[in-house]
Amino acid sequence: MTMTMAATGTSIWRTTIDSALVLVILAILPQVVDPYQTVLLTYGLIMAIAALGFNLLLGYTGLLSFGHSAYFGAGAYLVAFITRDLGAHSMELCIVGGMLGTLIIAAIFGFVCVRHTRIFFGILTLALSQVLWSLAFKFFWVTGGTDGIRVPYASLTLLGGLVDFKGGGSFQRFIYAYYYYVLALFAVSTTIMWVIAHSPFGKALQAIRDNETRARFVGISVRRYRWIAFMISGIFTGLAGILWVPLNGLTTPDILYWPFSGEIVFMSVLGGFRSFTGPIVGAMAFNYLKTYAIASTEYWQLLLGVVLVILVMALPAGIVGTAAQLAAKRGRSTK
Amino acid sequence: MTLLETVSLKKYFGDTHAVDDVNLTIAEGEFISVVGPNGAGKTSLCNVISAHLAPDSGKIIFKGRDMTHSSVIERVKAGIARSFQLVNLFDDLTAFDNVALAIFARDGKIRNMAALADRDREVTIEADTVLDQFGLASKRNEPARGLAQGERKLLDVALAYALRPNLLFLDEPTSGVSTREKDKIMDIIASVVRGEGITAAIIEHDMDVVFKYSNRIVVMHQGAILAQGTPDAIRNNDDVAMILLGSSGPDAFSRKE
Repeated sequence: MTMTMAATGTSIWRTTIDSALVLVILAILPQVVDPYQTVLLTYGLIMAIAALGFNLLLGYTGLLSFGHSAYFGAGAYLVAFITRDLGAHSMELCIVGGMLGTLIIAAIFGFVCVRHTRIFFGILTLALSQVLWSLAFKFFWVTGGTDGIRVPYASLTLLGGLVDFKGGGSFQRFIYAYYYYVLALFAVSTTIMWVIAHSPFGKALQAIRDNETRARFVGISVRRYRWIAFMISGIFTGLAGILWVPLNGLTTPDILYWPFSGEIVFMSVLGGFRSFTGPIVGAMAFNYLKTYAIASTEYWQLLLGVVLVILVMALPAGIVGTAAQLAAKRGRSTK
Repeated sequence: MTLLETVSLKKYFGDTHAVDDVNLTIAEGEFISVVGPNGAGKTSLCNVISAHLAPDSGKIIFKGRDMTHSSVIERVKAGIARSFQLVNLFDDLTAFDNVALAIFARDGKIRNMAALADRDREVTIEADTVLDQFGLASKRNEPARGLAQGERKLLDVALAYALRPNLLFLDEPTSGVSTREKDKIMDIIASVVRGEGITAAIIEHDMDVVFKYSNRIVVMHQGAILAQGTPDAIRNNDDVAMILLGSSGPDAFSRKE
């Protein structure tokens, strides 16, 4: 498990080549699969960005946030406000505005939460996310209450107005264009997060995770670093929320509610929170599992629950963690 | 020149006088040992000086500056580093990353999130040199949790040393390892510390080790300094022999062996 985090340096070219390969496959996929699968993939990539942000706190800093729905939801609602109340059409404007807003919320919430660790931290993040949920729920004249706010894709433009979705067959065009838009942002986000995780700052977070006392005794301001990690984490998850809205066409209080925070936690654990790629794989896998569970039965929560329990019991290190363990074992036996 | 001075330092835990009116002076370049029976207050003294514990009263003056109320980080920045009796490492990081982290923190590069840690040549070279000095070069890429106890003790000291402190406190660097390993560990520590002329204070139980390496020995008993002096003076001090060995006489320490 630890190996996947430690293995860098010489393997940097290997990582680059592997990532490029995955990117090429992801870029080709919409050409060969039907549009529905493209939509599913887009959702998966968006959730992957959310989980990637979340895992900077869990996997790298050792803080389990149970309130990341707050940042996802904040991003989503901010896009709704920007398009509805400011009448903006540019997706880039939504992204910048949404990320700034999410940063402010994460900075305030984080400032409060990083004063604590472990269960107290988790409960605080949960409580604060529920504050946002109740605001979205009760202030219906602003937020639309349970009806939420519609964000029609047709009202948006991509790349500063270069791509718009007016006229016939626009939904097909939107799905296609938006997939590549999300894929590009996913690639950028993943690269940035990878650099952060492997930077001196990222090492400091891991040091804090492993031994808070010793981190202080080498001169690291533990609380400040946790706070910065919290903000970065919030922005990434916020970006996911921002990208999610046009695809969903609607934002409702559900995405601010705590079960959604639970889903983000679950994606990371399912994929393996001790590896960089774990949350990405976990988010994609969870997205498919949930979609097909919903499609196959009315009791999809039960089915999904059972499948997830079995998966976690069978793969305690997560999908990526277990795969790495198996690869290491094979490598050793062939030597 | 005086590097560290404590003035009437006190730390009580209820009725226990862990540190009781301690006036300790450490001069630049000294290698001192703090000895005493279990519960004498050696570790408490180290904790108070390193800001791990706040003193009840008294003063800590480091490089002429009153640092009694400064934080751990301020003291680390000022040049006080310490190792721990119960090994305190970043267990999931490699031995290399453990040391590199201390160097990044010392140089103020730790804030950088836009560069890869492994690509910093200066830090890489220095961290590898430190690992080599401590005989840990072959364990470079092992996670700290996978190292043997003796190696973990050395890595703990290496972390503190990598901060290039002016004053290095070592809390029982050889506790919990076999007698055979003890000498090896102390030889490594002594050669590194002496070689660089670092001022060091070492808390130790093993009197052989203490007599062999220190310029000066400070004997603590019930939180207070009972005696201090050169190894020879302490060897012939009857009070000290009584406290440490339970018997006295001109050759008490050698008889014990």
